[in-house]
Amino acid sequence: MVGSTTLDARPLTLFEELARRGVSRRRFLRFCTAMAATLALPASYAPRIARALETKPKPVVVWREFQDCTGNTMSMLRSSHPDIAELVLEAVSLEYHETIMAGAGRAAEEVVERVRREHRGDYVAIVEGAIPIAEGGIYCTIGGRTALDLVGEVCRDAALTIAIGACAWDGGLVAQGPTGAVGVDAAVPGLPALINLGGCPHNVANTAAVLVHYLTFGEPPALDRYKRPLFAYGHVVHDQCERRAHFDAGRYVEAWGDEGHRRGWCLYKMGCKGPQATYNCPTVRWNDGTSWPVKAGHGCIACASPDFWATMSPFYARLPDVHMIGVDIDAQTLGVGLVGAVAGLTVLHGAGKAIQHRRARHRATLDAAGRVVPGPLEPGPVEPPAETPPTGPPAEPPAAEPPACAGLS
Amino acid sequence: MPNVIIDPVTRIEGHLRIEAKVEGGQVAEAWSSGTMFRGMELILRGRDPREAWIWAQRICGVCTTVHALASVRAVEDALRIEIPPNARLIRSLMAGAQQIQDHVVHFYHLHALDWVDVTSALRADPAATARLAASLSDWPKSSAGYFRQVRERLERVVASGQLSLFASGYWGHPAYRLPPEANLLAVAHYLEALDWQRDVIRVHAVLGGKNPHPQTYLVGGMATAIDPNEPEALNLERIGFIAERIQAMRAFVEQVYIPDVKAVAGFYPDWFALGAGHRNYLAYGGLPRGSIGDPSTFDFPRGIVLGGDLATVHPLDQARITESIARSYYDYSGGDAEVRHPWDGETTPHYTGPTPPYTELQRDAKYSWLKAPRYEGKVMEVGPLARMLVAYAGGVPRVRELVDGVLQDLGAQPAALLSTLGRVAARAVETAYLLDLMDGWLDGLAHNMMSGDLRIHDGSRWEPSTWPAEAEGWGAHEAPRGSLGHWVRIEAGRIAGYQAIVPSTWNAGPRDAAGQPGPFEAALAGTPVAEPERPLELLRTIHSFDPCVACAVHVVDARGRERVRVEVA
Repeated sequence: MVGSTTLDARPLTLFEELARRGVSRRRFLRFCTAMAATLALPASYAPRIARALETKPKPVVVWREFQDCTGNTMSMLRSSHPDIAELVLEAVSLEYHETIMAGAGRAAEEVVERVRREHRGDYVAIVEGAIPIAEGGIYCTIGGRTALDLVGEVCRDAALTIAIGACAWDGGLVAQGPTGAVGVDAAVPGLPALINLGGCPHNVANTAAVLVHYLTFGEPPALDRYKRPLFAYGHVVHDQCERRAHFDAGRYVEAWGDEGHRRGWCLYKMGCKGPQATYNCPTVRWNDGTSWPVKAGHGCIACASPDFWATMSPFYARLPDVHMIGVDIDAQTLGVGLVGAVAGLTVLHGAGKAIQHRRARHRATLDAAGRVVPGPLEPGPVEPPAETPPTGPPAEPPAAEPPACAGLS
Repeated sequence: MPNVIIDPVTRIEGHLRIEAKVEGGQVAEAWSSGTMFRGMELILRGRDPREAWIWAQRICGVCTTVHALASVRAVEDALRIEIPPNARLIRSLMAGAQQIQDHVVHFYHLHALDWVDVTSALRADPAATARLAASLSDWPKSSAGYFRQVRERLERVVASGQLSLFASGYWGHPAYRLPPEANLLAVAHYLEALDWQRDVIRVHAVLGGKNPHPQTYLVGGMATAIDPNEPEALNLERIGFIAERIQAMRAFVEQVYIPDVKAVAGFYPDWFALGAGHRNYLAYGGLPRGSIGDPSTFDFPRGIVLGGDLATVHPLDQARITESIARSYYDYSGGDAEVRHPWDGETTPHYTGPTPPYTELQRDAKYSWLKAPRYEGKVMEVGPLARMLVAYAGGVPRVRELVDGVLQDLGAQPAALLSTLGRVAARAVETAYLLDLMDGWLDGLAHNMMSGDLRIHDGSRWEPSTWPAEAEGWGAHEAPRGSLGHWVRIEAGRIAGYQAIVPSTWNAGPRDAAGQPGPFEAALAGTPVAEPERPLELLRTIHSFDPCVACAVHVVDARGRERVRVEVA
């Protein structure tokens, strides 16, 4: 069955796999260096990453989808470092994944049972999509069992759970609907090792880096209060944006397709949420580093921020009260401001209030027994945040004639 | 007690369950059930219609972009906005890139393993595989050394005992008929297609910032600024990047994908006589050369083919669409016998299925989260096959040429297209058709840019103060999986009602009030089943439709009469 190849029973490491496929050590080390860079580790960590990947067997991964759009799966398929075939065949053993696995029905569900039996406490569970908990979970069943039932068993037996994308993190868009949708942390409270990789969808460059970190150090990278890796979610989008100089200089897009838009000026006035968002989107970019939404010409919607569907819409309304140069907002303060827990504490208090107002209309909540208490089901008309002009310097840019910026576009 | 239950149906988008009764070695009756509900359209009520597309795009991440497109079109229809030609070309390029990429991904990564036995590839002779490949096309990679490397890679995965995605297949099933060399060829191209799909979809990153879920649509146009003299706009360098990706698409489609479809199909000729179903086909049409309001400019024509009669294309009037909930987990105020047009629809989710964990659906009662759309009461199939049949019957020259070419290569008659493998072949034909259009769209965009037409957006109705107090519109698109429609009603600057009927609602829906089975259910009847414990043959027909079930489940009628009931247990 296995041809002439003779191998011992020990699972191959990633490097062994790559070496057998003719991938040079130089290319392998380049990959390790790139991973260290994504993880914001000093380059001196690259050899340690390489050593770990050279010596550790590939982990078994179970990827479960619930109330999802499969966008995070599609994002995974766009992985380029490692490429997706390397990722699923050599870097990890992706034994269950509804969208791409060979088996179906009973044969598929038996895989989860086998992994839980043979790799208990030793595999990685990845969850995509929200978990509906209203009405006993009847809004999502697989193999006749509820998502809530399935997510509990697969995550509790895993060494590490990764909630991938906005819906698995905090319910995402689905949480705005009537099914009592929640994220993994709420559905399976108290998991000892949980990483939330928000974003709509997640950026696979970060996910690959998290897996590499886990393989290298045996633990998740440093996380923030939302259990998100700081290397990816610790910096404000606005601060990393290639259009930031235009913001500081008061050069704004005033209308879609105008001169400023063509010259790559700041999209703040068109509703860009970059000043309130944290993510490494501007630096890691998408699709093999090709671009990201602001580069392509549209504002950021803060898709990696907590509860962003509830807090960041309306997406075309200008953020109120954004302070300008010299105000450093750390990501954690920003996050707190957004969920309204301490609205008024930060410079973003105006937005915080508007947000709290909306949440009251939209969100189902959990009672003490962990059951869903639906919020009002018809979101009424929602007032956009007041168009407060920015208070800090610079003042409103000249409306008619943007300053010349020869050489800066 | 049904003899076959498949849940989850894997290698699709979303959560689908199939139950089937098997008699005399073939399917006598089948039931198709969507098992997940999110309530997408309800979520849209009360929002700014200009951002509806950002939300609606999340209906599906596989069919990413298509819901964004249908959504902005619905709002533009309501507000009577005509977008600039450049915006139309950018949208077509994004839709075309998505469709071509998606069709190839469907064939290799979602469908191929129904026909290809991965373990058989381990027995293949690499030199013979190279000869087979050379007989199909002149794809430069097809050397004996290359196929040996692929086989060795596969051997190592098997030897490691960690089979990853391949761990659970129905390997060795008697319905697999490819020789080892064809299996190895397909596995090699499965892996190559993984690389190819992530490269070519970078077109979306350039035009839309990212994929999945590109982010540059606007009501009134696109946010992709164009300017030949600006480094931060869509300029000639970026046009060149897209042109290279279109070349890469063409090379792989013409030299790998289409030859592979023909080769695989050649080993399974009986599947051109299985899986037809009702033989009614519907296409809204799309890809306008001019105004979206003028179907005569569509490169995908609009129309209906009834009973497999390719001599006549019947006109389509969206007012004749109705939905039944007789066998779906919803209530209608007039009872289960009622049928309703989407504009007058009601959506009252009311789960009456078995309490989980369950082993069987209540097949005599309600059994799906999908509704059952009908056209003049008839069951309709949508998708690439429907589009190609409507275009073929309507005499679109390029489609006739491509379809006749494939039929000639396979030694088949047009009637053979009404089948499981007919859907696979139609998808390949459509991909070739789209490639030619892609070249034309990119040329048109470059031409406009160099002639000084840099308009990408009509902002005359951007401000809600310019809108009428009430407006309603619909937007359609021929998505990879078939005809997609969004309906929107706007009141006082806000969304008052939103509705989507998507391809897989048409195809995967359950029985209706008249008891007519849906397209999946009808197509499965007569499917041979060699081993009920390993129902490989059923997967072939289901996958030939390329189901997308998250798309298919929806709630909220456009008149705002939704009656959502959430009972806390």
